[in-house]
Amino acid sequence: MIFKGVIVFFAFLMTVPLIIILVYIIKQGIFQVNWHFLTGVPAPVGEPGGGIANALLGSFLMVLMAAVVAIPVGMAAGIYLSENPKTKLAYYSGLCVDILQGVPSIVVGIVVYFWIVKPLGTFSAISGSIALAIMMLPIVIRSTEQTLKLLPDSLKEAALSLGVPYHRVIMKVIIPCGFAGILSGITLSVARVIGETAPLLFTAFGNPYLSASITKPMESLPHLIFTYATSPYDDWHNLAWGASFILLMFVLLLNIITKLLTRKWKVQL
Amino acid sequence: MENNKRLNLSNAQLKWENGFKRVLIAMSALLVLVIVGVLATLIVESLPSIKSLGIGFLWGKVWDPVSNVYGAYPFLVGTLLTSFIALIISIPFSYAIAIYLGEYNPKGWLSDLLKNTIELIAAVPSIIYGFWGLFVLVPIIRTFELKIHVAPYGIGVFTSSLILTIMIIPYAASLGITLIRMVPSPLKEGAYALGATRWEVIRRVIMPYTRSGLFAGVLLSLGRALGETMAVTMLIGNTSAIASTFKDVIFGPGNTMASVIANEFTEADHTQYLSALIELGLVLFLVTVVINLIGKRIITRFTNN
Amino acid sequence: MESTIVKAENYNSYFGDNHVVKDVNISINRNEVIAVMGPSGCGKTTFLRGINRMHELIQGATSKGKILLDGQNVYDMNPIYVRYKIGMVFQRPNPFPNLSIYENVVAGYMLNGLKLSKADKDVIVERSLTSAALWKEVKDSLHKKGTFLSGGQQQRLCIARAIAMQPDLILFDEPTSALDPISTSSVEQLFHELKKNYTLIIVTHNMQQAARVSDRTAFFYLGELVEFDDTKVMFTNPKDQRTQNYITGRFS
Repeated sequence: MIFKGVIVFFAFLMTVPLIIILVYIIKQGIFQVNWHFLTGVPAPVGEPGGGIANALLGSFLMVLMAAVVAIPVGMAAGIYLSENPKTKLAYYSGLCVDILQGVPSIVVGIVVYFWIVKPLGTFSAISGSIALAIMMLPIVIRSTEQTLKLLPDSLKEAALSLGVPYHRVIMKVIIPCGFAGILSGITLSVARVIGETAPLLFTAFGNPYLSASITKPMESLPHLIFTYATSPYDDWHNLAWGASFILLMFVLLLNIITKLLTRKWKVQL
Repeated sequence: MENNKRLNLSNAQLKWENGFKRVLIAMSALLVLVIVGVLATLIVESLPSIKSLGIGFLWGKVWDPVSNVYGAYPFLVGTLLTSFIALIISIPFSYAIAIYLGEYNPKGWLSDLLKNTIELIAAVPSIIYGFWGLFVLVPIIRTFELKIHVAPYGIGVFTSSLILTIMIIPYAASLGITLIRMVPSPLKEGAYALGATRWEVIRRVIMPYTRSGLFAGVLLSLGRALGETMAVTMLIGNTSAIASTFKDVIFGPGNTMASVIANEFTEADHTQYLSALIELGLVLFLVTVVINLIGKRIITRFTNN
Repeated sequence: MESTIVKAENYNSYFGDNHVVKDVNISINRNEVIAVMGPSGCGKTTFLRGINRMHELIQGATSKGKILLDGQNVYDMNPIYVRYKIGMVFQRPNPFPNLSIYENVVAGYMLNGLKLSKADKDVIVERSLTSAALWKEVKDSLHKKGTFLSGGQQQRLCIARAIAMQPDLILFDEPTSALDPISTSSVEQLFHELKKNYTLIIVTHNMQQAARVSDRTAFFYLGELVEFDDTKVMFTNPKDQRTQNYITGRFS
């Protein structure tokens, strides 16, 4: 009896810090948000006001570019792994997915620095999105693989026996049937990656101006929060709180969408 | 459709089919290429440092870029300390959650609430944890440190460990839930039928059965803790010297491998400096990869039994 | 038109090193209903799936020898084309769950990107569903998904889907073993109708079914084609002792 009490206590104690943190962020950040906040760029030190438009645009663009790369590559690899589980390539590829999942995000940033930033001679949004794409890959791959593995073989067989070629069987039958599951993996990977700072520290770097140029440095929400939170200026702290609130809301929204998609997928099965 | 037309179509389709299969193979191979590339880049870029400092790098106690002296020891200490303190504090919580949701109350609105809480904790970006920690946790710790008569830095190894604790709990917890639910019912029912209490069943049936799996969960949490950068960077104080007293080591500022890279990478203006930082990255990479793989291996072995 | 539609010549099937179908020689005529029977693991399904080159889709599965479709070796042909020419119905009904009944019937066209006019599609759908004895039952719910259909109806939908492609040959892999007796009998009745326009090869583990529906029966045992004869003869006066043992229930 006591044991159960202890278990329950410790288990539910974890809800406390989460609630405290969420409430604090909302409290500090929500009043920062207004039209000017969302459309303006950070003000110089000493000037009040300012906004996070550069970070919003930057995060949007970089995550979009990352997704454009990570989704097709991830789905292709996920399809291969689920269709050919016993090959040598599947073993090594799967191993690398597992490794990639555990690589610290700062290491990804270092590596992309040498792959793209140094050759290009500049920090850039492109390098940032490549770093983010690398981080999205394991999630997209694993969820595609697991989704497809749950589909019955009879589906494939029915299509193949009608004289449908393999690529159409996959693209027109298998993928559409597993769509909800695959999409949930995508939204999950986006949720994970919009909050990532470390990979962007030496790739996209940051930019106090509103810029859509992908070959130049670009700001992002988490990086802005980092820069302004660790600065000594109260105005900038306020910007960071507002940005944290926005980021948190995005992440929560994406996680809810992921959950709904997962539920839809499970029902479909 | 007449046979000839159809045959032509099928022939074209065969070509597309083969191309498609090749693309799938290429994308899977790309993954191997990425990992090999990561390792290769890390090694190549840290070569200057490896060559000049050798293995002594790992226990070099001084990190002074100005004088071109590089030793990894302070960061190894910082990384291990923060991670292990976080791990130790987190274990009771992870286990409690796993036991509660795995055995006591797997269904129902209350358990859904708890499950969602755990998932939410994992979803919050680390930068937000760091930000909150900086403004809320640090003053609290400062007061605490005053009370226990330790220098009131506020930031430091201990504070970082606390925030890390919160962040890694979901990993061991969710794995634990899955594992505990995998304990076969006949095993548990047999024990209950013999008159065992919940507590005894958990202690003598479930725990031993899931022991290796739970250990894997701990490893995965550790892997997560080792690689965590942003929250730690904001809370650890970024000092590369080793403190002299034990109290200061725990409650004073420090640095982890990840945080020193984050802070000094863009300032590294010469090859030696940069290469030493990359070498730290290489060490970090190898350690986290090994721990994660061991953890995953244990889990696959467990789930296949 | 020659009367032989399918001919196997020294045909062998393997799963890796496992020699599953051994040296089969058999000749099948147009508009025949052929039953292929034998105990579990005798290779009958593997042989069937070799005819439309479904066998090789399994990793490690290979075959040797020839299977001639209208005189041409299917193993020299484009496998996609072969599978288009030969229809197949599986043990468990497998209509596409995300498509409506209507879309299921014309799936063989649509999934291949072949655009048909609505009028053409309507004709194909009605013709195929009628041939599968399903038209009356579903003509008012063509645009619903097939999940509400009974097992027997789903299987007839799969038959309609195969027929829609106008194959000359239709292969059935234990088509009624997952169905209840009433559905089974409705599908068996269909065989009598279908043989007017198609050649049917039906793998079955149910001897009585073989006796009921087929013109000629092939008996497989341990990978070999032991005997192939008129159904009446097979069941009253089999020439091989093994066949005799099988039909008298010595093993099953």
